[in-house]
Amino acid sequence: MSAVTTLAGMGDRAVLAADPLLRGDIDLGIVGIVVLKVVVAFALLLVSVMLMIWFERKLVADMHNRIGPAVAGPFGILQTLADGIKLFFKEDLIPDRSDRAVFKLAPYLSLVPAFLVFAIVPIGGDFSGDGTVTWFGERTYLQVADPPVGVLFFLALSSIAVYGVMLAGWSSGSKYPLLGSVRASAQMISYEAALGLAIATVFLTSGSLSTHDIVATQVEGNWNVLATGVVPFLVFLVAGTAELNRPPFDLVEAEQELVGGFHTEYSSLRFALFFLAEFMNVITMSAIAVTLFLGGPSGPILTDTLGWVWPILWFSVKVFAFLFGFVWLRATLPRFRYDQLMDLGWKVLIPLSLGWFLLIAAMRVADAEGWPVAPVVVVGLAGMTLGAVLLSGAVAKARAERLADLDATEGVDA
Amino acid sequence: MDAAVFIVSAVVVLTGAAGVLVARNPVHAALFLVQTLFGVAVLFVLQDATFLAAVQVIVYAGAVVILFLFVIMLLGVDRAEDLGIEPIAGQRSVAAIVGASMLGLLLTVLLVGVDGPTGARGANAALGGAEDNTRRLGEALFTDHVFAVELTALLLTVAVVGAVVLARRVRGPLQPMPVVTVASATGSDDASATGSDEATATGDDPAAEADDEGEAG
Repeated sequence: MSAVTTLAGMGDRAVLAADPLLRGDIDLGIVGIVVLKVVVAFALLLVSVMLMIWFERKLVADMHNRIGPAVAGPFGILQTLADGIKLFFKEDLIPDRSDRAVFKLAPYLSLVPAFLVFAIVPIGGDFSGDGTVTWFGERTYLQVADPPVGVLFFLALSSIAVYGVMLAGWSSGSKYPLLGSVRASAQMISYEAALGLAIATVFLTSGSLSTHDIVATQVEGNWNVLATGVVPFLVFLVAGTAELNRPPFDLVEAEQELVGGFHTEYSSLRFALFFLAEFMNVITMSAIAVTLFLGGPSGPILTDTLGWVWPILWFSVKVFAFLFGFVWLRATLPRFRYDQLMDLGWKVLIPLSLGWFLLIAAMRVADAEGWPVAPVVVVGLAGMTLGAVLLSGAVAKARAERLADLDATEGVDA
Repeated sequence: MDAAVFIVSAVVVLTGAAGVLVARNPVHAALFLVQTLFGVAVLFVLQDATFLAAVQVIVYAGAVVILFLFVIMLLGVDRAEDLGIEPIAGQRSVAAIVGASMLGLLLTVLLVGVDGPTGARGANAALGGAEDNTRRLGEALFTDHVFAVELTALLLTVAVVGAVVLARRVRGPLQPMPVVTVASATGSDDASATGSDEATATGDDPAAEADDEGEAG
């Protein structure tokens, strides 16, 4: 009982208290609801990963004019389950030259962040009101947790996910995985900067870091994708795709160059964990994109009975659109070359998102000071254009000099 | 509850710190450092400093230690080093003295200090509680301390530009003949051991040295 009373004493702690469920006294029923939410989020994620893998294979097959998985279950929908069982019973190999402890740790460092990110995504709730649902007589948010630093939690976990990939490659004690992991971590760190800057514009328009508040500012179609002027959304999509190591940015596991990339030496259940984490990240990234830019679960509630189903439906539809897009990209686009990837990240996306962030900030200042908006936007865009011209000039000059230098060296060698 | 969280995260922090010292493999040491940083982040949350906790993980675990690992992996020093030899003479005794005096200082503050410095939720309460933590921190940084923030930004920019200048390949009239570069590159490897002829021949050529640096960077 003493544990429960101390918990009750923590009820007014701001870390917990954003959710009305956790305000005031906390009894066992509330603990039960929290546990239920955790279990539901966990199961939902696992099942949707299973369906996502099936969906991706089926859709890519359609786009290739093939049939795809068709044996296990109706339309082959149980194929992932069959694959999972197969992986479970395969021999678990640990390479002789591997660093055993790190080799075993790495898959979990990939998987755990992928699970945890989903905890901050609001998947339902009536956002025309205060975004709560009533369960068992208690009002609560339909998300596992709403920390005040919300989206920073997502960024922190995505930087932890780099460790899984990096250590998997290093600990395998083999060169292709090492090359794959160095590529992967360079790519993920580079694109994290652009991702963060794109998200920062959302903070400017929403005025909060909490995912619940960000959704609450986007009700009635006032979506951030328009409020931030589309560009951060596009940057987020590109950087997010790169962060996921999805095609066309899947250099990490470029089969033609690296065998299988960082998980070449993994087999059996450990490989399954990487596979799971990868697809789970696709789903959580889509969910975060929907939350940040497309209003999350907000949408019209069409019936009074079972009204709480509608937001969940809108959320699922939006996430599904993203998942379709990711599969479509994979079926359509060829892989980037490594230098093109780095050029795109550092010379295009980061300057662009930084410039756009400053523009949005200038508009906010103009709004607060009562200046006319149009001149501010024009001056801001002119400044960005000037910066872009200078940057591309500098890049072109450096490239020309490098090429000239290369020619000169080759001439001497010959 | 607070005490339980504190004890668990303190154990995590301390075992991580001990691991950094004890681990023979640099990669393992870096991982123990991550463990310590995580424990500290949990302690920040416990003090209602949620923003600091997030930044701790993003910046230190997500960027700084990753760069450590990068360097360790790329330089290939990820095998256990022979710890019998002191790289710098007298380093260990000096480190022991400095460590002991830091511990003494800490204990003095803890035992003699007027207000115990532990459990300082008050420090954040003054900023208006955790719900407002990020906002208040931002306001404090960009109003009262804006000069320091700008100065830090400038310092970082100087550091980046400096790194690029140092690592950049020298070109133009200063560029040595490529043949010389190759000779100095092979020579400098065993220069410390034998002081071979090529190394002494090209060692006083600053351009060749700069070129070496450029390739290493």
